[in-house]
Amino acid sequence: MREISMERVNATREKMLDVVKSPTLTHAQKVANMANLADSLLEVLDLPEGLSGLLDKEITDGQCICDLSEGHAPLRPRYIVPDYARFMKEGSAFLELPPPSDLYEAINSLLILYKHVPSVTNFPVYVGQLDTLLEPFINDVDEETAHRLIRLFFTHMDRTILDSFSHANIGPSPTKAGRIILDVVGELEDAVPNLTMKVDPLLTTDEFLAAGIKAALHTAKPSFANHPMFDREFPGGDLCGKDQGAYVIASCYNGLPYGGGSFTLCRLILGNIAKRAKDADDYCTRVLPEVLDVMARYMDARIRFIVEESGFFENNFLAKEGLIHKDRFSAMFGLVGLAEAVNDLMAKEGKAEKRFGHDEEATALGVRIMDVIDAFNKEHRNPYCTISGGHFLLHAQVGIASDIDVSPGTRIPIGEEPEELIDHLRVLMRFHKYFPSGTGDIFPIDVTVHRNPDYVADIIRGAMKEGIRYLSFYSADSDVIRITGYLVKRSEIDKLEDGKNVKHDTTALGMGAKHNGKILERKVR
Amino acid sequence: MTHRAPVNRIIRFSSVDGPGNRTVVFLQGCNYNCRYCHNPETRALCCHCGDCVAHCPAGALKKDADGHVLYAYEACVFCDACIRVCPHDASPRIRSLTAKETFEEIEKQIPYIRGVTVSGGECTLYPSYLAELFRLCKELSLETLLDTNGTLDLFSRPALFDVTDGVMLDVKAWDARVHRALTDHGNGDVLRHMIALAECGKLHEVRTVVMPEMVDAERTVRQTARALAPYLHLYPVRYKIIAFRPAGVRKEYASFATPDPPYLAYLSDLAKSEGMREVILI
Repeated sequence: MREISMERVNATREKMLDVVKSPTLTHAQKVANMANLADSLLEVLDLPEGLSGLLDKEITDGQCICDLSEGHAPLRPRYIVPDYARFMKEGSAFLELPPPSDLYEAINSLLILYKHVPSVTNFPVYVGQLDTLLEPFINDVDEETAHRLIRLFFTHMDRTILDSFSHANIGPSPTKAGRIILDVVGELEDAVPNLTMKVDPLLTTDEFLAAGIKAALHTAKPSFANHPMFDREFPGGDLCGKDQGAYVIASCYNGLPYGGGSFTLCRLILGNIAKRAKDADDYCTRVLPEVLDVMARYMDARIRFIVEESGFFENNFLAKEGLIHKDRFSAMFGLVGLAEAVNDLMAKEGKAEKRFGHDEEATALGVRIMDVIDAFNKEHRNPYCTISGGHFLLHAQVGIASDIDVSPGTRIPIGEEPEELIDHLRVLMRFHKYFPSGTGDIFPIDVTVHRNPDYVADIIRGAMKEGIRYLSFYSADSDVIRITGYLVKRSEIDKLEDGKNVKHDTTALGMGAKHNGKILERKVR
Repeated sequence: MTHRAPVNRIIRFSSVDGPGNRTVVFLQGCNYNCRYCHNPETRALCCHCGDCVAHCPAGALKKDADGHVLYAYEACVFCDACIRVCPHDASPRIRSLTAKETFEEIEKQIPYIRGVTVSGGECTLYPSYLAELFRLCKELSLETLLDTNGTLDLFSRPALFDVTDGVMLDVKAWDARVHRALTDHGNGDVLRHMIALAECGKLHEVRTVVMPEMVDAERTVRQTARALAPYLHLYPVRYKIIAFRPAGVRKEYASFATPDPPYLAYLSDLAKSEGMREVILI
């Protein structure tokens, strides 16, 4: 381990004391922050040359690569996606749990396991394909009891998983459990867990989709994933359950391999990288490829440490009991700010009026940049990402609260959305194909659409045909809203702004995004 | 065979003009003179007086050598200045489109739309155009809906009838005298067409605008619901009860009263008590 200066140690100690004394952080948030600060003192990774100049800056000061607070000595993969179906079938020796035999035990077992699933947030980023997991037990009790149990289950999750980067999946086929889950999330109006409905043009019935849309217009979830598209990209058959593929949607909207996850996620700040380029050609052929190379080698170093040195896969019961497999992990090669990069480069070429998402030349430059990144990733090989052919999975990262003038992934900046929703959709359909590990667009919807949920259904079904990967809708007047991928209650942001404690740490991120990311100013459709 | 119609506007995605997501085409010109019309600028065709030209801030309007007002769609900023100054309840912002040209603008929304609705003005003033447009739509499996005042006898127009999936029809008043006072026309044809459409399952929706000072809404809602009840098994006709609102109406009618919510709720219950299953208040 490398030495560090006493100056840095003392600066960190000051920060730790601030955490201890913080009036707004809850106890759990303080413990997590203390651990992150302790980790920040470790220096064990073989960092690639040139990384520091790209990474160790503020985002407003030209930072080009960001590792999203993953820490200096990763002690677990960033995102872990346990094989809950196997757990339900076999139980767990470590947790001394036999396989559940009814709905009471099924829910109890899941709630126990959640407390033992690590992640970068210390909360489970994936809580399971809940319709399939509960369906075998759903007829053990009458419907009213099933509803009540699932309601308690979801309340328990919201009050104990204190971070809304936690995701449940349902669909694509309708089930009784799936319908009860949609009823319950509509009633509860809670931020946790996030919920995705996998949508398949043949398997998802109109009634099931309509139930999903009604819940979404009420409480901003579920979001809708293009099941055939993900299913093609993630090999492995029906690991999640019949017709449900071998992928899950976890955290914000991250497509990840089932029974594995993602070792790491770093992101390129494309707009800041553009500031180092003379023009579009210089960007695509010289500046960007250099940064891509450094970030890939940085991710390689992180992955190597997790796999070869951390001991996680040798010692954690999830791996030992076959609930996760080292060879079902990949890594997420993220990016933000495509719009800002394009607009900056267009301005440098004297075409500032040609904006990303509006002008064909500008949007085509966005496609060209994505092709450069995609081609780089297809060339780069990592020995531990075998599940994705030895390559990383591209990810359109949703941004973090401190991002200023940085649009998530490939999104059109808020305030510049095309006047017509269809024009907006036609831009984003050109970018969703690049991102198996997640991208998504979010549309607040005028309340009059509550009378016509089929309007949203038509848009979802059309979008799937056009190769759009993932869409979220929420009602312009609902309390639970989607910030960038995760959910927050507006009423909780208000509490935090008044200086009160709030239970979910994502509320603070939502408050930041409200001010820095203008997320309350999205164009209402 | 190529038919044209004056197109006022095309809304590419609409959630309020029939089931699901639809493209809506608004045609210009109307044979009624409803006092409460909330888009009176769609009523008349442009008479080329040119009063609007000087008011256009975008230079999208000009007069040619023959004295015709020309409209440049690409230059238009849709500020509505021309409509506000028009003394004839018309709009210069009209494109004369063939059915094929109209269809090409609808087609761009596939696969996001399930159908198309043609509205107005009064769209059935252009039956040959509609027949051709809907035939093109049906070839790509788009649902076709007409939004009409019910004056056209669709049964006398088989080419249009056959390619029309459904009709949304206004019952402005049940009493013929009230109807005449409101629109300058009687309602015998409208009510006859309504029943004939319901009998063949093509009536999708009826609507009544509630303007208490001019319309006996209670009688209209009761009688309409009662008349349709026998046919609801053929198609579950929806009843939309719309509160009069002064926004957009001609200024001589803007001072009419809006109905209060309890009265609207009463009308909704009334329609339901007569057997209507789906009633929407707007």
